[in-house]
Amino acid sequence: MLSGERRAEVCQAGEVQLDVGGVAKHFGGVRAVETISLAVNRGEILSIIGPNGAGKTSFLNMVSGFYRPDRGTIRFEEREIAGMRPSKIAALGIARTFQNIALFGGMTVLDNIMLGRHVRMKSGVLSSFLYWGFAQREEIAHRARVEEVISFLDLEDLRKEQTSALAFGLRKKVELARALALDPKLLLLDEPMGGMNQEEKEDMARSILEVNEEWGTTIILIEHDMAVVMDISERVVVFDHGRKIAEGSPAAVARDAEVIRAYLGTARSREGLAA
Amino acid sequence: MPDVSWRFVSILLANGVLVGSMYALVALGFVLIYKATDAINFAQGEFVMFGGFLAAATADMAGLPWWAGVLAAICGMIALAFCLERVVLRPLLGRPIIAVIMATIGLASVLRGTAVLAFGTGVQSISLPVGSSPFHLGPLVLPPIEIVGAGVSLVFLAAFAWFFLKSRLGVAMRAVADSQQVAMAMGINVRRYFALAWALGGVVSALGGVLWGAMLAVDNQLALVGLKVFPVIILGGLDSILGAVVGGLVVGVAENLSAGFLDPLVGGGTKDFVPFVLMIAVLMVRPEGMFGRRRIERV
Repeated sequence: MLSGERRAEVCQAGEVQLDVGGVAKHFGGVRAVETISLAVNRGEILSIIGPNGAGKTSFLNMVSGFYRPDRGTIRFEEREIAGMRPSKIAALGIARTFQNIALFGGMTVLDNIMLGRHVRMKSGVLSSFLYWGFAQREEIAHRARVEEVISFLDLEDLRKEQTSALAFGLRKKVELARALALDPKLLLLDEPMGGMNQEEKEDMARSILEVNEEWGTTIILIEHDMAVVMDISERVVVFDHGRKIAEGSPAAVARDAEVIRAYLGTARSREGLAA
Repeated sequence: MPDVSWRFVSILLANGVLVGSMYALVALGFVLIYKATDAINFAQGEFVMFGGFLAAATADMAGLPWWAGVLAAICGMIALAFCLERVVLRPLLGRPIIAVIMATIGLASVLRGTAVLAFGTGVQSISLPVGSSPFHLGPLVLPPIEIVGAGVSLVFLAAFAWFFLKSRLGVAMRAVADSQQVAMAMGINVRRYFALAWALGGVVSALGGVLWGAMLAVDNQLALVGLKVFPVIILGGLDSILGAVVGGLVVGVAENLSAGFLDPLVGGGTKDFVPFVLMIAVLMVRPEGMFGRRRIERV
């Protein structure tokens, strides 16, 4: 595995894929996102860290279209997407997972992942009724792609399982598979390792790196586990009180005095981090 | 004491099953809309009534063949449900459920009034090409319209069950029902599926209107069929197609048994309230119904 530093160099020349300019989001008096600008390069792994309430999830919600920013612009591959409908944004190639597992209940793993493929299927509501055969053929083709994702993440044995019956770590993995089935160019992961044990975390980290390497997918993740963040990200940005307070390589961010004050708090955790 | 012969009971049961499947069809319209959009449609009975009126007006009043009436009812109800979703329900998206309920109750009154304005107060009939002489099956004597009604209902119930469980659209619709937000993140156009659910609800209402209208005659009272939907779905569970079927059968059978055994004792009328007594009993014991999803909410 490349070290974070080296991979950052590799991608430095990369073009900007997502360009967020001065977005803000207030909920009544609560300033979830004060003002944040951020440029994300194609093919990089970027981690967003910050204390609770720093605006990390609100930021992802704006990128994926759940929140319409009060101000600012969000450009994805030269196209303005701020305020676009979430389903439109998904169709452009931005997939996401959720902080709390959000698999569809009462469905199999396969159904869930196939739903991620939904947006890539051309036949709409009406045409599926009118041209049954076309819809069927199309479904078979997409099924093949879904199989790739399934074997990529080693989910072969779970195809027919009900998602509710799976262990926590596996459910998170199925959620990742469902997001991958969209063939995303940009993948937003909201705490993909939250609540996992060490083994599950390592497995997930490996999957994230492999997705990035195999398909060149740009990945933005929110994560609290600093060891994971330092290990897999090329770049880290730090949010605090709805602002971006630091940005850089993992090592540089870990040394940044303001980050340590805002996020890690005491001198002791600084030692813990360096260790 | 009435004659409790095996034959009498079996006729009551058979009648109950047939009528029950027709209740299930009407309940299906309700379940479809609830499953996909979380809206409780209190105007379901009025939808059925409107479907019946459309069929009767096209076939009997305009002098067209019966199938033209059925077609007109289906197309008309799809269009009506589609428009109502867009004009009345879509602006209420994301509002409290009580707002949606109130809107559909209002809608019910509007539809009842409009039906009188458009089709008059007279009683109309739908004549399907079904004989009127009773059908003898072993010891059973069954009205043919009930057999046709039950047959059509079961075919459609099976078709919708397949649609929801197996087809891609149905799976997407279940996803929308499960979580609108996550469905949107998957690129599913939630509004389009809401419209589809209402359109399907329209189809089911049209069929219900034709079948029930052919059996009972078409007037304002046809909307009362919608009232029976409540015991059916409460028994079966608001969001379960299987529940709608079983609930429909239970209500149909309970109705017929009470008509056969209780009515002679008290002088009639029990048929109309026994399903509701059942409903209240079920609400006390198992509020989510026999097949309903138990909602666990974290507080």
